[in-house]
Amino acid sequence: MINAVEIKNLSKSYNNGFKLGEISLNIPKGLIIGLIGENGAGKTTLIKSILNIIKIDTGNIKIFDKDYINYENIIKEDIGVVLDNMFFPELLTLSDIDKIMGDIFKNWDSKLYFDFLNKFNLPIKRTIKNLSKGMRKKLEIATALAHHPKLLILDEPTSGLDPITRSEVLDIFQNFVQDEEHTILFSTHITSDLEHIADYIIFIDQGKLVLNENKDTIVDNYGILKCDIDDFNKVSREDYLVYKKNKYSYDFLINNKSKIKKKYRDFVIDNISLEELMILMIKGDK
Amino acid sequence: MLYTVIYCVYGDVMKIIISNSSSIPIYEQIKNNIVSQIMNNELLEDEALPSIRNLAQDIKISIMTVKKAYDELEKEGYIISRQGKGTFVAPKNNELAKEQAQKEIEEYVFKIINLSKKFNIDQRDIFNLFDILRGEEND
Repeated sequence: MINAVEIKNLSKSYNNGFKLGEISLNIPKGLIIGLIGENGAGKTTLIKSILNIIKIDTGNIKIFDKDYINYENIIKEDIGVVLDNMFFPELLTLSDIDKIMGDIFKNWDSKLYFDFLNKFNLPIKRTIKNLSKGMRKKLEIATALAHHPKLLILDEPTSGLDPITRSEVLDIFQNFVQDEEHTILFSTHITSDLEHIADYIIFIDQGKLVLNENKDTIVDNYGILKCDIDDFNKVSREDYLVYKKNKYSYDFLINNKSKIKKKYRDFVIDNISLEELMILMIKGDK
Repeated sequence: MLYTVIYCVYGDVMKIIISNSSSIPIYEQIKNNIVSQIMNNELLEDEALPSIRNLAQDIKISIMTVKKAYDELEKEGYIISRQGKGTFVAPKNNELAKEQAQKEIEEYVFKIINLSKKFNIDQRDIFNLFDILRGEEND
């Protein structure tokens, strides 16, 4: 098995007109995969589809080489999940959750759970109602990890966390993939979290898959060519993907940095961050 | 962009400094760090390097980036990976290092030639400059 998840021709439409798909992609085992896109682009729909929380219209999904519906119970033992909205009842305490999860997961590890609570400074006796947003997130992360999953599926796991906690959490994620059998799918709009630790980037816009690429390939090959307003016509159409007009200049998104650098010696060619890439691809003109 | 340096030391053995603001790709920075330590005898033959996944976590870089650095180092003969045992510093090959350096020098000379042509700078001026700078270094 080289892929933790395989998705073929997935599509899902809603009554409000939003449509996800068709999407086909693989999530390679042993790596950290970042899922990016605007709010409403379809990240959560994709994640909930993989988890069979949403019924998809067409397509098929395999997790650990098994059909995700026929083998749902077996598969879910090995998946740790953080969703954007907390799914625990408000009146439970953190130690209640230990008991409940112990009944749900065969591999539930109470010691590991309390270790994480300790590490995150979470008060065991408090009810969920009285936890701050950041504390709830940390609780979800602890819960996701405490049954020794092989695959973590995380929807915005770092949103609402302060920078110190975020870096702690990212370290926990990197520690998780020390085991080559472990995989993380991680959606976020804080792209800087992924800039360093993600191996692949999946980018969804308006329900469509626009990019599924090795992060190093993006960093090495993509870039921004900048030129003044007057020089717009000097850039050939085949050399850029999209462009954006600013007040004093044009930004062109390129995906062949070294070749473009040779061809356009007089123009500025900058490296691109994932955030800039996202903005250009969403806001840029063809 | 913020200037960030990640600094990491492996028991006194390996040092890695990575700058996020540098235009040099991160995998190349990792390579350069390791190569220069091999060349300076700070990393000796048969010394074990951290595993790809360990190093990735410690310097907060993706696994694939570190893997790319290690793959290239192995292809260039600086390190050897032994199945199931880990990655080790290869026997030092001075010829190889020299070749590598010569290639790098060629690239710089190319740049000098291009620049001097562009601004019509006399070759003799460049040789003079070379002699002056070299003299300063010897002082």
